[in-house]
Amino acid sequence: MSEAAAVDHAHGVEPAETPLTPESWGKLGMWVFLAGDAMSFGTLLAGYAIMRGNSANWPNPTEVLGISLTAFMTFLLICSSVTMVKGLDAIKRGDQDGLVKYMWLTVGGGLIFLGLQAYEWTHLINLGLGLAANKWGDSLFGTTFYIITGFHGMHVTGGVIYLAVIAIRGKKGVYSATNWNEVEIAGLYWHFVDLVWILVFTFIYLL
Amino acid sequence: MASESHAQHDDHHVNYMAIFWWLLALTILEVLAGIPEASPAYPQLLKGALLVIMAVAKAALVGLYFMHLKFEKLTLGFIAMIPLVLCVFVVLMVLPDF
Repeated sequence: MSEAAAVDHAHGVEPAETPLTPESWGKLGMWVFLAGDAMSFGTLLAGYAIMRGNSANWPNPTEVLGISLTAFMTFLLICSSVTMVKGLDAIKRGDQDGLVKYMWLTVGGGLIFLGLQAYEWTHLINLGLGLAANKWGDSLFGTTFYIITGFHGMHVTGGVIYLAVIAIRGKKGVYSATNWNEVEIAGLYWHFVDLVWILVFTFIYLL
Repeated sequence: MASESHAQHDDHHVNYMAIFWWLLALTILEVLAGIPEASPAYPQLLKGALLVIMAVAKAALVGLYFMHLKFEKLTLGFIAMIPLVLCVFVVLMVLPDF
């Protein structure tokens, strides 16, 4: 953004706005972080694919896991992505109240998601699906399920805290029509969490 | 330059609700394709291919529109593509062991 460039100019170093970089170093930083994070998820999913491919008695996930609940959780995250972009849109117009409203809605979506995941895990643990125990077949089914959905759940938890901070700062009037860079960067993180869930939902639950 | 990029940003009026409906429709189609109750028995390979195509389409919608990749400099697109390429590479490298 402009102030980043201004700061750099003041210190006589390379301006932030080069033909290759985005208008904000913060945004570039978040993208680099997300690429690394995507590698973590990617290797977890690739490892899962390999274990499943080599297993003789992998259960059909749709018969063990509840699809209707997780389909609703997917819907919830998609909705929270929409409220996130609506929040960013609001502050780009200078609507601070709109930003705060949409940020809390996004946080709420994340919290309901986490509550449902806690419910789902409790239910599955009671049914006998453990980290290393699975009465439906290969024990690695439980291992991969809890590790991958747990790793994603931790990301949602982090996102809820991150967006709550944005909402509180928004309430204080930190952001405006000319200062919404941090909101956009937080949004990138949240959409990434949504994007990963889309893949997790398909590969872990449906496939 | 700064004001230019600002102006560019404001020019991108994405119809987010349209993206939402696409994501919702694809999710419903995915569930229909995935659960045994709603779909008759059909080849696993076809089911896998359909689900992967729909998941990638949804992920692309989120990346391109919600994360604004469509309107960003190419550098960010490359950064975003690197993990995808590496993960496909990881899977391809171990496929011969199956």
